[in-house]
Amino acid sequence: MAKITYIEHDGTEHVHDGKTGLSVMEVAVKNNVPGIDADCGGACACATCHVYVDPAWLDKTGDKSAMEESMLDFAEGVEPNSRLACQIKITDGLDGIVVRLPESQH
Amino acid sequence: MTSADAHVVIVGAGHAGGTLAALLRQYGYAGAVTLVGEEPIPPYQRPPLSKAWLKGEADAESLALKPLEFYAGNRIYFRPSVRGVGIDRARKVLALSDGSDLAYDVLVLATGARPIRLPIPGADLDGVLELRTAADAEALKAALGPGRTMAVVGGGYIGLEAAASARALGADAVVLEREPRILARVAGEVLSNFFRQAHETHGVRFLTGASVTGFRGEGGKVTGVELADGQVIDCDLALVGVGAVPNQELAQEAGLAVNRGVVVDLEARTSDPAIFAIGDVTLRPMPIYGRDFRMESVPNALEQAKQVACAITGRPAPAGETPWQWSDQYDIKLQIAGYNFDADQSLVRGDPASGHFAIFHLKGDQVQAVEAINSPPEFMMGRQLIGSRRPVDKQRLADTSFSMKEVAAA
Repeated sequence: MAKITYIEHDGTEHVHDGKTGLSVMEVAVKNNVPGIDADCGGACACATCHVYVDPAWLDKTGDKSAMEESMLDFAEGVEPNSRLACQIKITDGLDGIVVRLPESQH
Repeated sequence: MTSADAHVVIVGAGHAGGTLAALLRQYGYAGAVTLVGEEPIPPYQRPPLSKAWLKGEADAESLALKPLEFYAGNRIYFRPSVRGVGIDRARKVLALSDGSDLAYDVLVLATGARPIRLPIPGADLDGVLELRTAADAEALKAALGPGRTMAVVGGGYIGLEAAASARALGADAVVLEREPRILARVAGEVLSNFFRQAHETHGVRFLTGASVTGFRGEGGKVTGVELADGQVIDCDLALVGVGAVPNQELAQEAGLAVNRGVVVDLEARTSDPAIFAIGDVTLRPMPIYGRDFRMESVPNALEQAKQVACAITGRPAPAGETPWQWSDQYDIKLQIAGYNFDADQSLVRGDPASGHFAIFHLKGDQVQAVEAINSPPEFMMGRQLIGSRRPVDKQRLADTSFSMKEVAAA
């Protein structure tokens, strides 16, 4: 289980608990957090679940697959701490993680 | 913009209907929202039904768009196991299959599509299955297992994805395709050949030019598929995936404009100002191609749901999206952008034998569609080129020593 803080572009914070094994995207979507679209439902096919992981947490989210790297390469406003939220699996070690959301996913 | 007292009734609780209900609340709509669905469960994603679900890698919870508690918790009155059976447009009342009525101010038709059933002998035998709903997927999953043989009627995405999942479960699959090649309706030759080879490598058998004339059975259960040439293909189950038809009857009987789909404009409005339609049931304009089309894809369902949510809450209409879709089979990720309606040339970028390549379909030097296999840059950039209609340097496009960003910058 992990507590996840999602911060919208305008600063609005949403805090939700996520079960281990779900992705950071799934927890956002199930709780209707605005700012993560996740059009493909987690298939790493659309890059509309783009998030900026707080630098203090980035290393704990693990490595990106080649597919995620490629998809991110074409998302808008990509930074070194960008990840696709559907590829970040929740573990106990992510308890307290903070992610920031872009202004728009499209 | 719709008044905050208006009652929005959404008929159809699939991907489009479910997404719309959630978006209305996300966008701050405070009026009453009723979501009517014929299935007994809340809205869920259909794409995993032929993939992760069949392979046992997903459960009902992971499939659901939102948990059941979301609806009551957000004042969305979700009514499962009930269908809309008639619209009185003058009185603005929707009649339901349980005998009750719903008065609406805004009605949204999201009734989707249903699989085509073959009107041939034996189609009603146990074990002759289709794949649209979670209940269908349960039946299919229960029937698959090591040593069982599944006959797949129709070499389209449903059948191929199910075949890939069957192989993962240790079952055998034989695909029966009427046309000379699989994916004939939706893809070009290079892509068809690539997938056929990939499946054959995994032990799937194919018969093309095969016309199915009936199903054989014993004790009410299917045992084989009969072909026009007299062959009988033995099987333990048969999956029929030969396309879908829109559930437009509700709209048609109410006198709304239909044309192999409920006709809508770019704001998802029907011929009645109080009625919208979204998702697989609609025939909609495609500005990029200058034609109307019925798109069967999740991205389209989402786009149209957004159009209606914006219209109802007074937000500016969302920017037009370039259509796209995806299919996962084995470790192959196929991403498609656009439609190959009137391309005059196909261009392959990369080597199909490498397992990652893309096929661009061009009209002159404008990209109309791209089929990308394990090639996100080609898909993402191709999608941008299709939407912007910018001409592309075809020599660079065919030359992988130029990255897709360099190709697009030329």
